[in-house]
Amino acid sequence: MTIANKGYAHPDALVSTEWVAEHLQDPQVRLVESNEDPLVYPSGHIPGAVQIDWTSDLNDPLRRDYIAAADFAALVSRFGITPDTTVVLYGDRNNWWACYAFWVFQLFGHTNARILDGGRLKWEKDGRPLTREVPTYAASTYPVPSARDDAAHRAFRAQVLAHSEAGGQLVDVRSPDEYTGAKLHMPEYPQEGAMRGGHIPGAKSVPWARAINPEDGTFKDAEQLKAIYLGEKQLDPSKETIAYCRIGERSSHTWFTLKYLLGFDHIRNYDGSWTEWGNLVGVPVAKGPEEG
Amino acid sequence: MTTKEKLEELQETLDMFADPSGRADLLIGFADKFATVPPEVATPPWPKSHQVPQCESEAYVWVTLHPDRTVSLHFAVENPSGISAKALAVILDKVYSGQPAEDVLALDTEIVERVFRQNISMGKGLGLKSMVLAVQALTRDALKRAQA
Repeated sequence: MTIANKGYAHPDALVSTEWVAEHLQDPQVRLVESNEDPLVYPSGHIPGAVQIDWTSDLNDPLRRDYIAAADFAALVSRFGITPDTTVVLYGDRNNWWACYAFWVFQLFGHTNARILDGGRLKWEKDGRPLTREVPTYAASTYPVPSARDDAAHRAFRAQVLAHSEAGGQLVDVRSPDEYTGAKLHMPEYPQEGAMRGGHIPGAKSVPWARAINPEDGTFKDAEQLKAIYLGEKQLDPSKETIAYCRIGERSSHTWFTLKYLLGFDHIRNYDGSWTEWGNLVGVPVAKGPEEG
Repeated sequence: MTTKEKLEELQETLDMFADPSGRADLLIGFADKFATVPPEVATPPWPKSHQVPQCESEAYVWVTLHPDRTVSLHFAVENPSGISAKALAVILDKVYSGQPAEDVLALDTEIVERVFRQNISMGKGLGLKSMVLAVQALTRDALKRAQA
């Protein structure tokens, strides 16, 4: 099934491995790999791809926040990217970090961005070539964005609290045990815990990976996604929605899924997520498998 | 060469590649040498009983205990991006295959931090430690079977 036939609201937000293979030499396209594992890119990447590291490149080194507009412009200029460049992001872990980077690109208004459907996994399972050659590109002049557009894509704790109290739509994309409060962190991430376990009152539990076909990392088609988010979880695409997880990376994936594949026009990512909410003094926390 | 000597040799190699970029190259070099478990030991589909829990690289481990109580270690890594798992598998095989089973049981999971240092995420670190623990658990099982 092609991306065009999968019934997505905005199919142009995704490109296939075939499309990427056909555009490897296209100077208007820049491939950007973003991974959790720092060994993956140097061990082999799609020819011509550059690497953006989610911690050192996208996050402020001191404050818990993202880089400033000037830093973003400097980052993408290094890779010869201009506002007209089609940036195709992909990575390991079913595009977790690629979606996170994509979301950060949206904070700076670089809308000409795509996600490679299936990421590294699909590319490798297709048997397509990888290289260890790190490309260099002539630096571009990327105009410094006027500001970071947090308001459109990002939710902050006070907004989340008001949203929760008003009965607004919230999607908790963490594992079921994190949602119920049985665990304070992902099984593999003990240092990212919190003082309290549970979920934001009213949040519906939809672990992010339900959007993925595990055999090749591609997104499920729109009908399958609708069955989960609209059918089973009764989410309304026309309503204000906030997604969250632990630090905002898994929820970037769900943010992408809901916004571009199912057409949720009013969705934001709460990047403070559980590492903030679960440590905040005085905010309500719900426990157990129910939304309340 | 004793296990202690092999570990010292490994440490010397690691010390020569102390900066993150050099260490990454070293680890990728190890991963390049990875060879999947030979068919005389196991053939796919790999049994769940040999799968390393919490390892996103879908790693599998086999421990063969020889009559002289030395071991041979074998691995399979199903995720093509499982570079760290492959690197660790090669290191464990290099150090512990041919060595006494008791030396495997004495292995400290801190070896993962010593080997990978900055080149590892938290999640992956625990997955790799699980690989070490899986090797030890299967070694323990093999010893019990041999004693039965």
